[in-house]
Amino acid sequence: MLLIKCPVCGVEGEECDFHYGGQAHIARPASTDPENISNEQQRDYLFMRHNPKGLHFERWRCDRGCGKWFHAARDTTTHEFKAYYGITELPPKQLMQQATGSWAEYFADKIK
Amino acid sequence: MSGKPYRLPLQNGIGRRVDQTKPVSFSFDGKQMQGLAGDTLASALLANGQRIMARSFKYHRPRSLISLGSEEPNAIVGIGEGAAHEPNIRAGQVELFEGLVAKSQNRWPSLDFDIGILNDMFSRFMPSGFYYKTFMWPASFWYKVYEPVIRYAAGLGVAPDNRDQDIYEQIHVDCDVLVAGAGVAGIAAAEAAAISGQRVIICDENPYFGGQADISTGMIEDKPQIDWVREKTAFLADHENVQVLNRTTVTGAYAHNYLLALQQVSDHDPEMIANGAPRHRLWKIRAAKVIMATGAIERSLTFANNDRPGIMLSGAARGLVERYGVAPGLTGSIFTTNDDGYRTALSLKQAGVGVARIIDCRQQTESEAVNAAIAAGIEVQFEAAISNVETSRGGKSIEAVKVAPYQKNRGRVTDETRIACDFVAVAGGFNPVVNLWCHNGGKLKFDSGLSSFVPDSHHDNIVAVGSANGAMDLATCIDQGYAAGETSKFKRPKTSTVKEAKAESLWFSPASGSDNEGIHHFIDFQHDVKASDLELAQREGYESVEHTKRYTTLGMATDQGKNSNINAMAVIALATGKKLEQVGTTTFRPPYTPISFGAIAGTSAGKLFHPVRETSVYGWHLKNTNVFEPVGDWRRPYCYPKPGESKQDAINREILNVRENVGILDASTLGKIEIKGPDAAKLLDLVYSNMFSTLKVGHCRYGLMLNELGFISDDGVTARLAEDHFLIHTTSGASDRIAAWLEEWLQTEWFDLDVFVTPVTEQWAQFAIAGPNARKVLEHMGTDIDLSLPFMTMASGNIGGFPVRLFRISFSGELSYELATPAGYGQSLWDAIMTAGSKFDIGVYGTEALHVLRAEKGFIVVGDETDGTVTPHDVGMSWAVSRKKPDFIGKRSLQQPFLAAEGRKQLVGLYTIDPDEVLPDGAHAVREVKQSPPMQTIGHVTSSYWSPTLKRSIAMALIENGRARMGETISFQLEDRTVKAEIVDPVFYDKQGDRQNV
Repeated sequence: MLLIKCPVCGVEGEECDFHYGGQAHIARPASTDPENISNEQQRDYLFMRHNPKGLHFERWRCDRGCGKWFHAARDTTTHEFKAYYGITELPPKQLMQQATGSWAEYFADKIK
Repeated sequence: MSGKPYRLPLQNGIGRRVDQTKPVSFSFDGKQMQGLAGDTLASALLANGQRIMARSFKYHRPRSLISLGSEEPNAIVGIGEGAAHEPNIRAGQVELFEGLVAKSQNRWPSLDFDIGILNDMFSRFMPSGFYYKTFMWPASFWYKVYEPVIRYAAGLGVAPDNRDQDIYEQIHVDCDVLVAGAGVAGIAAAEAAAISGQRVIICDENPYFGGQADISTGMIEDKPQIDWVREKTAFLADHENVQVLNRTTVTGAYAHNYLLALQQVSDHDPEMIANGAPRHRLWKIRAAKVIMATGAIERSLTFANNDRPGIMLSGAARGLVERYGVAPGLTGSIFTTNDDGYRTALSLKQAGVGVARIIDCRQQTESEAVNAAIAAGIEVQFEAAISNVETSRGGKSIEAVKVAPYQKNRGRVTDETRIACDFVAVAGGFNPVVNLWCHNGGKLKFDSGLSSFVPDSHHDNIVAVGSANGAMDLATCIDQGYAAGETSKFKRPKTSTVKEAKAESLWFSPASGSDNEGIHHFIDFQHDVKASDLELAQREGYESVEHTKRYTTLGMATDQGKNSNINAMAVIALATGKKLEQVGTTTFRPPYTPISFGAIAGTSAGKLFHPVRETSVYGWHLKNTNVFEPVGDWRRPYCYPKPGESKQDAINREILNVRENVGILDASTLGKIEIKGPDAAKLLDLVYSNMFSTLKVGHCRYGLMLNELGFISDDGVTARLAEDHFLIHTTSGASDRIAAWLEEWLQTEWFDLDVFVTPVTEQWAQFAIAGPNARKVLEHMGTDIDLSLPFMTMASGNIGGFPVRLFRISFSGELSYELATPAGYGQSLWDAIMTAGSKFDIGVYGTEALHVLRAEKGFIVVGDETDGTVTPHDVGMSWAVSRKKPDFIGKRSLQQPFLAAEGRKQLVGLYTIDPDEVLPDGAHAVREVKQSPPMQTIGHVTSSYWSPTLKRSIAMALIENGRARMGETISFQLEDRTVKAEIVDPVFYDKQGDRQNV
């Protein structure tokens, strides 16, 4: 049972007071250019997920608290939360540098 | 056998836990027996001469107790009767009370004579994998013949036969330090933590604290260890920072130092239960720090027939004598690899129990314990091992052991000496209890001194101390305890221990003849896994220890292999030529000991199992029907049978009354969500597949919601209340899901939209009034709304004095209104409608009538016609998929090749050739009817009803290329017959919609 802290309202609670929302930082192709999305792009958006042993960026909702979605960076081997940050925000720079897989591509032009 | 000789004279510290003056009566397998207050069930049974306590799982060999703790694999019994019966309890941990009823398990017809022992005679032909290899053919025999018979023969205890009447509860707590285990190391840790000002919980599975302190020889502050334990336990119990929990097992360690502990509050005392105490309490603990002081478990030794009743661990033999004053037998042999066997021999001898010989596998050695035993006149044989056991017929009692010279790596035994004895104490060394360390991913390392695994690194804030950490001497145990608990350096108490000679490890004691193959060298006693089984598994290629475990069922019984794990790894190592540390261990998983279902459920049982959502008219429904169906968390009336009516009669009557007169339905469960803000229309255009920005104020439109995969997720009618204000309806079961889903999109993707999503389902009562007389009923009630408002529009106003929103929408195909009023008026409005409607033959209808009415009209129900893999095109609703909108959820996915391809299943109507035949829901249409399965399916029935309106059966189905097959007859293969049906248009009634547009 994970212990989680909501960065929006600050409440700390157990996993069952939150709702897990899967992998974070997946861009929705249709939100930018709905007319020009290849089948492969759409497939990747829907189904391809990165499942690393280690640093994982994910989405959570503070279900029994403020109801807001937020981001978290968690180590999948130790369950340690490395950072919590807003749903419209990027992770701390240092974590972006450690990112792997599709996150590394996504963050590449955002690390300045 | 008379019980008398086994209870020793209770003097000179013998039987410290029992009270001679307080006899306690109990029964075992219906036989009345007597023990003493302070006894465990196991000690009392042994005192009565009842050595056999169970039969083994596979071979039904007679078994007795081998340990006094939770590692016990053999002495597993059922306690209590009827609804209060609890199976699979370890007899050595059951505290005896007056009137206790215990039953042996896994035997038929009786413990003494068990027919299953035949399995033992054929055990050579029943190696591991026997069931897999033998009962393979024919496949159909597995469920009907093989499995039931095997289960009957191999079951553990039986479940109670009725609902448990006892109370179970759960408690959520947090603490700074949780100490698991209250031996000397745990107590030292708790004391240091408490004095350092930390909030401490200390748990131990036993009724008494101290672990093995009461049967160990070291001294603390020049006093016996147990005196120090008692003093510190009293200190902890009085300390305001400390919660002391005995009879409480920390069963599991989970992420972020979340732990479960099962407290057996009143298992030991029926009076507490009678006074309303819970039986078990499950503690859910969040600990900033965990100190694991779980001790060590003694290893048994692997020799031929080492499972015979009367062969027990050295510590158990010593504990029986010193704690309960019970002799394990008249004369025993001690088989040891270390000094602990000598301590037991001395203890037995001092209590007046015969010791035939100490058989020590080590070379001649000297130590305080060895010298003391020799000085006491006990015969000691070094470089020797027990090679076999002689028993009476049926293996029920031991008559002698065979002893052979022992050298490491020597093979088959040729010369054996016979030593008469009736019990054996085995001392094979100790395994640290590392389960809690490993539950959440802690690493282990191999300790060659102990020949066992000890804690290594851990990512959680958890520390192992004492023998759980591989520390086997008193001073180190205490030092580690204090060091783990203190925040600043503490003074250590003075300790003294005797120096021990080096221990050896012995993993397989050779036997003579074919016994040397290991077919009676038992490793996992509870699951009857022998050395030969493990070797066979290696030969058959189960190289990973995890595979060997599953193939042989090693360590998979209720004891989870606590006693057998390391012995098994060692045998695997010998068989494969690997080192023990290369074999590794299997995965340790919670719970450490079994948790009762009662404790897991806690108070969430009966009426508290699940909350029921109630509409404002729920009380009326309860008075008028007892037929309900669950819809989400709601319970909705299914139909309202009148006296003498069947359910089907009631449904038919309700439907015809809607078609002929007027019906009323409580539709309050319908999901209602208000969408308000300048960007409200923009949001709806994104979340519905059809267009909503073009909807005029005061108008309603049916909408389809897809998920991002392009599949139908929900549907319902949306009304535009104002330019920036919409009310959307969802299906009853989906209102919470849809509200959360909208919120998710708003927060995570379209956070720039200026709009609020507010679920208002419970704020409104909503009733459907449907049928040719619907308008007359409302007119009769009196209203300021023009009731001629056109189909798919809405208005706000008053009806019969109630404030309402009136929607001219229909799910039945009849002239129909839905009235919504603030929930507080719900019951009054309902009553007013019923009164006004009586003149027009109004009749209430339930969910089944609702479903038939909509099916007659060919309307889909999300969840019936759709199952999460169905697109709007599949159900013939392409008209609801906007071509104009550049984007909506699911739009792009609908164009993916696999969804746009030909040959998908499509929604059609079905007329069975026999109009009286109602197809079962889910029946499959087959491409070709054959004599026997398999037959290829081309689709399935999604809804099927008797239509009283059409006086025939109707059905809807998803059929491959269905729309191109109109008029075709297809076959549905049922279990016992084939039903033929014609594919027709799914709108069965009033295709033009004349009835609703009046």
